[in-house]
Amino acid sequence: MRNVGVRFGGIVALDDVSFEVTRGRIVGLIGPNGAGKTTLFNCLSRLYQCDSGDILFDGSSLLRVSRHRIAELGIGRTFQNLALFRTMSVLDNVMVGRHCRTGSGFFVNSLRLPGVAREEQATLEKAQALIRLLGLGPVADARVADLPFGTQKRVELARALACEPKLLLLDEPASGLNHEEVGVLGKLLGEIRDRLALTVLLVEHHMSLVMSISDRVVALNFGKKIAEGNPAEVQQHPEVIQAYLGGAA
Amino acid sequence: MSRRQLIVLAAVLALACVLPFLVSNYRTFQFNLVIIYAIALLGLNILTGYNGQISLGHGAFYAMGAYCTAILMDKFGVPYWATLPVAGAVCLLFGFLFGLPALRLEGLYLALATFALGVSLPQLLKYHQLENWTGGVQGIVIAKPEAPAFFGSLGLRLNPDQWLYFFTLAVAIVMFVLAWNLLRGRVGRALVAIRDQHVAAEAMGINSAMVKSLTFGVSAMYTGIAGSLGAIAVQFVAPDSFNIFLSIVFLVGIVVGGLASISGAIYGALFIQFVPNVADEISKAAPWAIFGVFLIGFVYLMPMGVAGALRMAVARLGRKRQNT
Repeated sequence: MRNVGVRFGGIVALDDVSFEVTRGRIVGLIGPNGAGKTTLFNCLSRLYQCDSGDILFDGSSLLRVSRHRIAELGIGRTFQNLALFRTMSVLDNVMVGRHCRTGSGFFVNSLRLPGVAREEQATLEKAQALIRLLGLGPVADARVADLPFGTQKRVELARALACEPKLLLLDEPASGLNHEEVGVLGKLLGEIRDRLALTVLLVEHHMSLVMSISDRVVALNFGKKIAEGNPAEVQQHPEVIQAYLGGAA
Repeated sequence: MSRRQLIVLAAVLALACVLPFLVSNYRTFQFNLVIIYAIALLGLNILTGYNGQISLGHGAFYAMGAYCTAILMDKFGVPYWATLPVAGAVCLLFGFLFGLPALRLEGLYLALATFALGVSLPQLLKYHQLENWTGGVQGIVIAKPEAPAFFGSLGLRLNPDQWLYFFTLAVAIVMFVLAWNLLRGRVGRALVAIRDQHVAAEAMGINSAMVKSLTFGVSAMYTGIAGSLGAIAVQFVAPDSFNIFLSIVFLVGIVVGGLASISGAIYGALFIQFVPNVADEISKAAPWAIFGVFLIGFVYLMPMGVAGALRMAVARLGRKRQNT
């Protein structure tokens, strides 16, 4: 993935924001509540329409791509407040994640033509591999709604990975996790990035996590980009300190 | 499917096959209707139970299927069995086309739009410009099909009621197998995903608009084929047999039988066929009050429908066996 420039203008939520995410890197996106981080994510996954600017992914614009084709292009995401399929099992959730990499439709499914069973088997194996990778084996057949919050977050991660994304969008993966779980998550994200050759864009409030795993950090406030650089630079940036601590720093 | 499920399924099928030889012709006719309703309920359950779209107008698709068959048989002399695919195709198309604009509506608003379809269709059928085809208020009477001579030469003498019962049963088996295939794989997961969390479903690459319209079409097709079989079984179609009450009864059937359950369609069909009869025997004066009591009792005792209650009972039995 090269040269993702995000430019908006005219709307209040995001004002003329541009930055790039380089292939294979983890980029952290920080900012106070209401800064526009999730809005930016929702533009990337086409839930919101941008009023101006353009979003380029692998050199082509995302703005002409319909919502359900984003996953197929290689952008997977998780949601801030968990958006799992609550009545389904963990395994089924992850298998839905394979939807964009499979193609059988109504007709061939209802007749269960030979290709369908093969595709289903491949989907099952891929999903089981991801479940093992994320340590979800013991709960694979449990209903998602019955699981603790931290486990549900991992299910969402597994589901996002199931579509073999090139770019993974993580919206506050650490929220609601305890200190120990955050440490595990940080390690896990680094591992996944290396193993699956992923690019990660991470929205997170948990500063120590962002600073420890990000290669670059972008800071937003009131819909504007206020700082960009490596973690140490951004942490020292006066506007960032002001945005977080308030007052005249 | 587990071995136990296969055994249960085989037992149910065996029972279904000997049933017409054990009971009166009238009962055979009633069980024929049960199977027909089961197909209709399966269709509605695919839409409402699995995909989460509420329809208060499926009676309209049942009517459409019934009229397709009646008109084809009456005006064009098409044999009864050949009208089924036509009725199915017409309803598939209408359902799909109705589903497209209905996509903009969610939940109760969709329910209202389908309600509009359900209340308007019976009146459209009475429309005098269409009277040549539909027979207007009088409806259409069609002939009862005889068992093919082929069975007689095998030494198997079936009266028309028995023959129709087996014909319906065969169609139902095909329809249930197709639905089971559809719902257990990629498409079935997509349906439930849209119901549970439609934003995430789209983020997973599910074309929600397309899947929902197609589901509407498939659902209408099932109900239409049921209507077609219903017309053949009753040998009569008239606008007033397909009023809005039928649509509501279908909804009652899937909820009582069990939402998002294939077998629930059968329990629901038994309920909507026999409970009104039972209620009528208990009180001639207020059968629907008795029906209401039954209904409240069912949803109170089995909030997940009959299918859900059975599933829980089997699970509890399994645990008990493990403990001892």
